[in-house]
Amino acid sequence: MKYYSEAHEWIKVEDDEAIIGISEYAAEELGDITYVELPIEEDDVVVGDTLGVIESVKAASDVYSPIGGTITEVNADLEENPGLVNESAEGNGWICKLNNIDVSELDGLMTPDAYVKYLKSLA
Amino acid sequence: MPYIANTQEDQQAMFEAIACTDFADMWRKSQVVVPEPPLTSIPEGMSEFEVISKLRKLAAKNATELHTFIGAGYYDHIIPAAVSEITGRSEFYTAYTPYQPEASQGTLQAIYEYQSMICRLTGMPVSNASLYDGGTALFEAMMLAVRATRRRQVIVSEAVSPIFRKMLHTYSSNLNIELIQIPAGIDDSSKEELLNAVSDKTACVIVQYPNFFGTIEAWEDFNEQVHAKKALAICSTYPTSLALLTPPGELGFDIVTAEGQSLGNSLNFGGPYLGIMAVTTKLMRKMPGRVCGRTVDSDGKDGFVLTLQTREQHIRREGAMSNICSNESLCALNALVYMACMGKQGFIQVAELCASKAAYARELLLAIDGVEAVGGEAFFNEFVVQLPCDAAEVVGKLIDKGFAAGFPLGRYYPDRKNQLLVAVTEKRTKEEIKALATALEAVL
Amino acid sequence: MKLIFERSKTGRRGSSLPKMDVPAKNAVPEQFKRKQAANLPEVSEQDAIRHYTLLSRKNMGVDTNFYPLGSCTMKYNPKVNERVASLPGFTELHPLLPQLRRGGALTQGALEVIYETQRLLSELLGFADCTMQPLAGAHGELTGVMLIAAYHKARGNHDRKVLLIPDAAHGTNPASAMVGGFTTQTVASDAEGNVDIEDLKKHLGPDTAGLMLTCPNTLGLFDKNVEEICRLVHEAGGLNYCDGANQNAIMGRVSPGLIGFDVMHVNIHKSFSTPHGGGGPGSGPVMVGECLVPYLPVSRVQKRDDGTYTLRYHCEESIGYIAPFYGNFGIILRAYAYMLTLGREGLKRVGENAVLSANYMRVKLAPYFDQKVDRPCMHECVLSATPQAKKGVHALDIAKALIDRGFHPPTMYFPLIVPEALMIEPTETESKETLDEFINALIEISNLADTDPESIIACPLTTPIKRLDETLAARKPNLASI
Repeated sequence: MKYYSEAHEWIKVEDDEAIIGISEYAAEELGDITYVELPIEEDDVVVGDTLGVIESVKAASDVYSPIGGTITEVNADLEENPGLVNESAEGNGWICKLNNIDVSELDGLMTPDAYVKYLKSLA
Repeated sequence: MPYIANTQEDQQAMFEAIACTDFADMWRKSQVVVPEPPLTSIPEGMSEFEVISKLRKLAAKNATELHTFIGAGYYDHIIPAAVSEITGRSEFYTAYTPYQPEASQGTLQAIYEYQSMICRLTGMPVSNASLYDGGTALFEAMMLAVRATRRRQVIVSEAVSPIFRKMLHTYSSNLNIELIQIPAGIDDSSKEELLNAVSDKTACVIVQYPNFFGTIEAWEDFNEQVHAKKALAICSTYPTSLALLTPPGELGFDIVTAEGQSLGNSLNFGGPYLGIMAVTTKLMRKMPGRVCGRTVDSDGKDGFVLTLQTREQHIRREGAMSNICSNESLCALNALVYMACMGKQGFIQVAELCASKAAYARELLLAIDGVEAVGGEAFFNEFVVQLPCDAAEVVGKLIDKGFAAGFPLGRYYPDRKNQLLVAVTEKRTKEEIKALATALEAVL
Repeated sequence: MKLIFERSKTGRRGSSLPKMDVPAKNAVPEQFKRKQAANLPEVSEQDAIRHYTLLSRKNMGVDTNFYPLGSCTMKYNPKVNERVASLPGFTELHPLLPQLRRGGALTQGALEVIYETQRLLSELLGFADCTMQPLAGAHGELTGVMLIAAYHKARGNHDRKVLLIPDAAHGTNPASAMVGGFTTQTVASDAEGNVDIEDLKKHLGPDTAGLMLTCPNTLGLFDKNVEEICRLVHEAGGLNYCDGANQNAIMGRVSPGLIGFDVMHVNIHKSFSTPHGGGGPGSGPVMVGECLVPYLPVSRVQKRDDGTYTLRYHCEESIGYIAPFYGNFGIILRAYAYMLTLGREGLKRVGENAVLSANYMRVKLAPYFDQKVDRPCMHECVLSATPQAKKGVHALDIAKALIDRGFHPPTMYFPLIVPEALMIEPTETESKETLDEFINALIEISNLADTDPESIIACPLTTPIKRLDETLAARKPNLASI
């Protein structure tokens, strides 16, 4: 199952690995994404650390890590094709993977239903 | 009132529209309640004729009939008349930053062409639209290296302009940056010492090419070793010299900066000048300053637009690559038109004249009793000579004879009080150079 | 239109140069010689002139179009300024001359210009002293921030690391604070567009180095509590920085140095009529109160008792060199000529006429656009195109429609706290007729947003280029023709 943060990141955990991206809502808000500054493999992060930056023509949005861990892989496809985030923010447009995670940190995040409610409250 | 179009009648109509009776009422309604300043020591306004007269008199109090042999980063080059004709066009100089591209294709294409010229000149793939001057450009280069490597130590050769180094020092003092300056010889930026100082904390090594003393040095192997330690190689260069010298892009530099005054900009007593910055493709998105890109419009026509703006302060605010807002657009335009008018061959000819005249001048000066060579086996248009006494004194005496004979190094290098940095440009005639030698001989 | 490189043909020459009158040999060894000449274009002088003249005609400038860019102060650039700035007695002066022995005597005219400009600005704005060194507004901000840092460092206030910045501030403020080594905290505005004093009090503390306030603020409004705000910051041990980008609003009416500010910068390419140049060069002198004078950058231009001018390099507590020399002299010259022309009376008339014109526009346009804060403005009015946006016509579309009608658009989408913002600054140099033409154009566009929004969204239609693909430009940057 995916979990969502208030800053519009999503995270999915499989075995000991987490995969992180930004939500479709966030991607739409940004408009055409022009560049993704990816995190660096092997870096350690804690909750709230900046994983990277997503840039559109007129805005730049920090991506915050919803969980602590070590970056194992970044989505290299985004280098050539940042538009992937627009096409499939919650699928092929993922940003990075982490291990060494503590699943209890997921407790503070929202389920997909809770996130939908949250989005409605922002409107 | 100068430059205020509206008459009392116009003002009356406007007061009525905004339901105010007079200016005092208007200020009150706009909540400006603080007291009005007296401004007593500001004189009455002058007419245009009087302003011109006054400034003509002030201009006349400055000496411009001197034969100028000072360089030190700022050079007295020929500027074709065509340059000021173009930058004097008010569509260029009264325009704003081209944020509305449809209304600014003139400025935008000019910036794109300028960026292209800089790339062709330096051999680097990416240039920005310019920064304030060569010194702040070097600081920005340093910070770019810090961001890119995530390291905080910077190594600088003392053969880099002391004027720039003073600025680097001032800016670094508020930041968590360790600035290490390595002493240098005239002919040699102490490459070994520089490399020894490089550690895994080093973000970059900064050198000057040709160096501040005018010497040309080889940098390719050095840069390989800097890269081996995962640091970046930065060089500050002299654009005119690149007409003859191997461009820094072919020597492995990651960032090239320069003072662009020599390209079509007047000496202007300190500014405005032109900060040039060019980088590798890898560093493009971390580069500070404005940058113009080529794209297409909705009809598929080619056009130009400011791009990569998300690096800049108006979007990133404290996350910006720099606090820089403006570029030196008009000065970059001077440089662009200069390079277009000089052209491929003319630019080389300028450089050849400078280099030959400098070599000739050095020969004449060294022939004087008491004047010794200091380095000078490989230089472009600037070299150092050793005098038998204090160089600053000698320069002072030569000023009285109508020569700005050179820059006394003792000003910035305390153990070089008898040494003089002499620059020669294409403007100096054989007669002037001979006259300098004669005058120097007389003074010594 | 072709690039200059596409007009190039081998063998063509532009400028002429003197012949070689010395032996041709030089001291550039073979190993350092360039293998291939730099690929600069080869065009005749006429082709170069024609190319760049045609380019210039693709621009809007103040001299050709009304240019009400909020916060940029696009006032008329007087031609007498250009005339004096091109005098060879100024343009040919090498900056190192006064640093040579007996060289100071050769630059007395130039030093006098710098000194007098410093004096006039200090007097006009209510400060003790001034530096002309900063090369642009943002550079001035950085200098001011560094002066505040030096002040606290000298007093051992090592904990004072925070600069407070209102949410409506220009992006250069937090950026400059960061480059100056500070962190920032944001202070909220109240419903009136003023600094929320309660929020300010919450943020003031032992870590406060100071407050950066744009006065008048970026909404074009004068904060009636400004004296109290300054007092509160002083009481908390901080200093007050005034971002003078909007100086045109209060020129002659308010001197920030007299109402509690310790340091300020102005953009002389805004309020002091020097040209914007398509994006530069500018100049951002910094004025200071007594407490900051010791930290001013070097070299400093000073006047001796005998009336001659000199440079002072050794000031122990100075922050050092922030520019290579004395500032952008060519720009300083123009500002000096401007202040000489206006004089006391002229300077006093600037602010009041700028404010009158902006309020006139605000009142006339209020029935058609929203205002975040419905109160009399200063030299610029901020309108919100929210009503039009509901019909699908956004601020951007309105801007493009204005271009078709021969006007440069106002500033869009700034300040960030106003949605669909259009910030209009007419300046005092425009006639009422011009203002009326612009007002009518905006009203026409607003009406079309109701009746025929498609026609506005399609704009611009009359320019050589239509709307550009900025996404492509950012995704696949093409930054040079090599």
